This record gives sequence, C-alpha cells and structure tokens, in this order.
Amino acid sequence: MTTISKIRYSRRSVLKTGGAALVGSALSAPMVWGQESKNITLRQFGTGVSNLNEVATKVKEDLGITLEMTALDTDSVTQRAATQPDSFDIADIEYFVAKKVWPTGNLQAMDASKIDNYDKIVGIFRNGKLTPESSIAQGTAPHTVGFVDGPDGTSFADHESGWMTLIPTIYNADTLGIRPDLIGRPIESWTELLNPEFKGKASILDISSIGIMDMAMVCEAMGEITYGDKGNMTKEEIDKTFAIFTEAKKAGQFRAFWKTFDESVNLMASGEVVIQSMWSPAITAVRSRDIPCVYQPLKEGYRSWGGGIGLSASLSGMELDAAYEYINWYLSGWVGGFLMRQGYYSAVPETSKDFMSENEWGYWFEGKESTDVITSPFGDKLAGAGEVRDGGSFYDRMGAVACWNSVMEENQYMVRKWNEFIAA
Amino acid sequence: MTKQITAWIQAAPMALVLLAFLVAPIVMIVIVSFWGATEYSIYPAFQFDNYQFLFGSPVTYTVFFNTLKYALITWALTLGIGFTVAYFLAFEVRSLKWQIALFLICTIPFWTSNIIRMISWIPFLGRNGLANSTLISWGVIDAPLEWLLFSDFSVILAFVHLYTLFMVVPIFNSMMRIDGSLIEAAKDGGATAWQTLCHVIIPLCKPGIMIGTIFVTTLVMGDFITVRFMSGSQRANVGRLISNDISLLQYPSASATAVVLLVTVLIVIGLLLRLVDIRKEL
Repeated sequence: MTTISKIRYSRRSVLKTGGAALVGSALSAPMVWGQESKNITLRQFGTGVSNLNEVATKVKEDLGITLEMTALDTDSVTQRAATQPDSFDIADIEYFVAKKVWPTGNLQAMDASKIDNYDKIVGIFRNGKLTPESSIAQGTAPHTVGFVDGPDGTSFADHESGWMTLIPTIYNADTLGIRPDLIGRPIESWTELLNPEFKGKASILDISSIGIMDMAMVCEAMGEITYGDKGNMTKEEIDKTFAIFTEAKKAGQFRAFWKTFDESVNLMASGEVVIQSMWSPAITAVRSRDIPCVYQPLKEGYRSWGGGIGLSASLSGMELDAAYEYINWYLSGWVGGFLMRQGYYSAVPETSKDFMSENEWGYWFEGKESTDVITSPFGDKLAGAGEVRDGGSFYDRMGAVACWNSVMEENQYMVRKWNEFIAA
Repeated sequence: MTKQITAWIQAAPMALVLLAFLVAPIVMIVIVSFWGATEYSIYPAFQFDNYQFLFGSPVTYTVFFNTLKYALITWALTLGIGFTVAYFLAFEVRSLKWQIALFLICTIPFWTSNIIRMISWIPFLGRNGLANSTLISWGVIDAPLEWLLFSDFSVILAFVHLYTLFMVVPIFNSMMRIDGSLIEAAKDGGATAWQTLCHVIIPLCKPGIMIGTIFVTTLVMGDFITVRFMSGSQRANVGRLISNDISLLQYPSASATAVVLLVTVLIVIGLLLRLVDIRKEL
C-alpha cells in the first residue's frame, strides 16, 4: 500500500528528525563506549502504511538506533525483498508476500523466545484463531506462513514452532468504501459493486493479488461461483471470475481502476466514483475534507491483510541484536498506539492501550461511541463526539474476516488473466 | 595506414559509449526474453514460452493495435497543430525578435514536469470538473459528459498536449531555412498561397516533418504512464503490458514484449525513412 499523504503530513518532522539526528550524533560522539547500539543503523523498507518517519524518530529517542526508512508500493516491496537482499536489514512486508519471498532465502527465521511479548500476540498470527471458537478464514492466513521448522527451515510449519518468518506489526479488515450522500440507500452486500445502478461509478484496485480477492467476494456474494478456497482458486474459478468482471467492464460498470492510495482518495472525493475497494486511511483522508464517506461493513464479511517485519538473512552480530531490540520495542506499545489511532490494529493490542486515551481506545478498539473528538496522530479530526467506528469493535471486525490477501498456486495464470482484464 | 588508425581512434569513444549503453542493454533484453521465470526468480534457459504466450494471446494483438491507433491519431493531430503553429511563427510573424519571443512562449509548459501537465487535466475533465460544469451552465449539455475523462479521448488529448512541441520545433527549423526568394519566385510566377504551400513549403519542410514524426511516434509507442493515468487504468498499450509484467517480477515475459515492441517501432521508423531520405535533405 502506498500512503503518500502520510509522507506529506510528516515532512516537517523529517526536517526536525534530520536536525535532531545531527545534533544527537555530534553530542554522543565522545561517549561511544558501552553504547554500541547508538551507532547502529538499520535499513528498513516497506509500504507507506507503517514506514513512518515518526517511528524512526521515536526509536532513535528510545533506543538510539538509527532507522533508515524507504516507503514503496506493494509490488515494489515484493520486488525488492525478492531481488535485492543486500539493500535492506529489515523488510516490512505483507504476509502473503512472505510466501513469495521466503523461498528466495533472503530472510532469516526469528527466535520466538527472544520476543518479550510473544505470548501476548493476537491469536490470528499464532494459531489462526482470534478467539478459541473462531474459524479460520480462506486465503493466505498469516499463521500459515508465520512459522518455519527451525532456524534454517525452508518450508512453512503448520504449528507454533518457535521460529517465526515475520513478526506481525499491523493489520486490518478491508471492505468497500461508499459515498452515502450520493448513494442514498443502505448498502449491505459485496454484490453492489456490480449493481448496474452504479454503472460508470464503481472502481476496484489494479493490484492483482488484492483485486482478485475483492472480485471473488463479489462473485461469491452474487451466487455465481462457489469457491473451494478463494485464496487458492483453480484455473476454472479464475476464468469464471474474470468472465464476470470483463463483461461488467465492457458494459461500462467501472469509472477507473486505481493503483495508489491517492488515486482512490481523489476518485471518491471528486464523486467520480461512489462505491469502490478502498483502504481504511483513504476513507479517513476523504472524510478529513468534510466529504461523507463510509467504510461499509458487508454481510459476507471482510477481506483482511496483515503485515510484519522480517530480518535480512545477512544480519548478524550486533546488528542482529539491535534488530531484536527494535522488534521488542515495536511490540511494546508506542507504535501500536500510533497505528491504532489511524484505524489499523496492533499485533499486541493490550500494550498499546497505555499509549491511547480511554476515549481513543473505546472508539478504535472497543467500538464504543466516542466521548470526545477523535484526532489522528497527525492532528486531523477524524470523528466528533458521539460517533461510532464503521464496523464496530475489534472482535466484530476481525471476527468477520471472510478471506485473507493471498498468493495462489495458479498465481502466474491469474496474473496473465489480470493483464487481459485490464486490456479488455 | 596511420590515417586509418587515427580514424578508428577518433570513432572509438562514441562507439564504446553506444556499445556500453545502447547495444549491451538491448542484447541483455533479448537474452532474458528467452529465459524462464518462477514466482520470485528468473532462471537462464533457451525457450520460446514467452513468445509463444505473447503471440498466442488475443490480448497482445488488441494491445498492439491500440498502441498503433494512439500513435497514428496523435501523429495526425500533432502534425496538423504543429505545422500550423510553425507556419504562423515562420511566415506570419515578421520580426525575428517576436519570432523568438513567441517560440519561447510555446516552451513554457515544458517548465513543469509532464506528469503534472498530464494530471492537471483530470480535475478539468472530471464528471464535476470545469469542462462539464461550464458546458452545463451554458446549456450546451444537460448531463455531464462521461467520455471526457478516463477514455481514449482523454488519453489522446494528453498525448497531443504533451508532444505537439516536438512537432513544432523541427518543422519551424525547416521553415526558417527556406530561402525567401523561392516563395517570392512562386508568387511572381502566379502561384496562389495554397499552391505555394503545397508545392514549395511542404516539400521543403519534409525533413522537419519527418523528424517530428519520429519523435512523436516513438514517444507515444513507448509510453505507459499517460495511458495509465488518463484512462484510469482502463485501457492498455504495450508499455503498460511491460510495466505490469515487471511489477509482478515476470522479467522474461516483459523482455519478450519489449523485443517485439522494439522491432515494431524499428519497422515503423524504417518505413518512414524510406519515404524521406533525411540525410540527403539535411
């Protein structure tokens, strides 16, 4: 995901950080001894969602580690993790990407016993179950690619083996965004995306691995296709899905497809599109322009995604220790609170609670009515007093996940079909 | 003998630069186009899979047709506009000072990035954009025109906007080199303005037109970003096919498409050069 607007917000803090880092390094130079981690630089890359300069500033402050961040879009992230192993120390990638990247051997397994808050990590990332009663959704569920057999394991383990591929950092449940003022009636199902009522006013995202899942949610809701596993379709299922969407495209259902966060915001805010696949912060960005926009919960459930931090295979010694220190800090609460106040979820929600006000915790996590104005960490007003988060509480939203973003066995075939769909 | 060696040495730097930065990359692309790819890696091989898939898919033909269509329409429009502008500058504006001033004004849009110039069309052409609201307030239309944005129309509009200057410059250059006495002679011989244009000016502008044509067709055929933004990702040309493949780590398949595109462009340029011998004309 690309969140260019985030980068815009924090430009000033970049300048500040730069200044502070210069001053900091100048002052701490004489006392190098005993504080090796102060001089360590870790290079992290990932999507704009969590690669925020605020995190780098805070980690410098708390641990003294210098974090060099590079924010890229989803496809470029995969590309870099797979093809340029020497260009990073820490990869901040999505779980479904791990399936592509792990076989390259560019990442190393992490020892779960070195992770302080391991036991508090949400069940979704450990055994796949949010609560002991939950069932596991289709697609590349994070726990299926979260563990390997041992420190040198090459294949994914089906249990909590103690060796993790990624440390979960951020996740959310995605659905369709709508403009309630332009639609004027309740929207309850994924089928509405292809409803001729919205001809020329619908959009989906042009990132094949995510877009195909949105398509599948729609086709299944329409009753046109029953998938064995939406996250691992057969060739026939892929063909049928694209046939339905190609027909809709030719009939003029879609106004445009979008690839970046900003495009989705502009399509929605300008009224070019009234219903489309969307990401949570994009909804926020539309709302902050005083344009009504709802992240509509749908009866078929959510399409979910999760991101995590992986360690480069070449990390060792002091740098490796610093990376573990960084991971433990990441899960200790500050980052979690920072992310949750933007509408994402943290892997260890209970540690984040200390870094949020009661009002914020109630609104974002518990789905309660806000008692006061809700503002983003960047200072934008997101909701007034007396409002409830779209979709409700953490357990309501993450409990209604129908599928996870995924990479399927027929991925290459799907990608070719996707190209045909775009060109059709 | 020494003369020959000196000549070789004199030609060597340019030859080496071209070899390293033009020939070598193209050779690499051709080689990789025969390789195979998995999800996350590419492996050396000599197989025709990529080409087989490319020529076996009906989408390839549609996309190449689209690319040629964009190139042809954009060429016709930029030529029409570019020739008119150049003609005005060269023959209607008399003083050299004004010619230079007006020519510089033509280049003003180039002071910003072409992405900005392209994207600024989007709010203008949108459903609730300036164009539609103006037309509605004038009573010309009742409902917003949907085809203004995210359509072939908007793609070609952006191309014409971006590339017309590439036509103006070489044509203007050719026109400035036309000997004024030739036009006077035509007039004295009793030719009408139209006859002068057709039989004197246009033939003498051929090299300029040809250089402009080569610029515009190669730029349009190699483009992917204009098509993506202005069509809202709804249309595809060959450039987009390649960029999609690259973003999905399918380098061999992207290389194969690039090779076919390169050959197509070379054929087009070859045909153009048969029409006009630029070297002789210059």
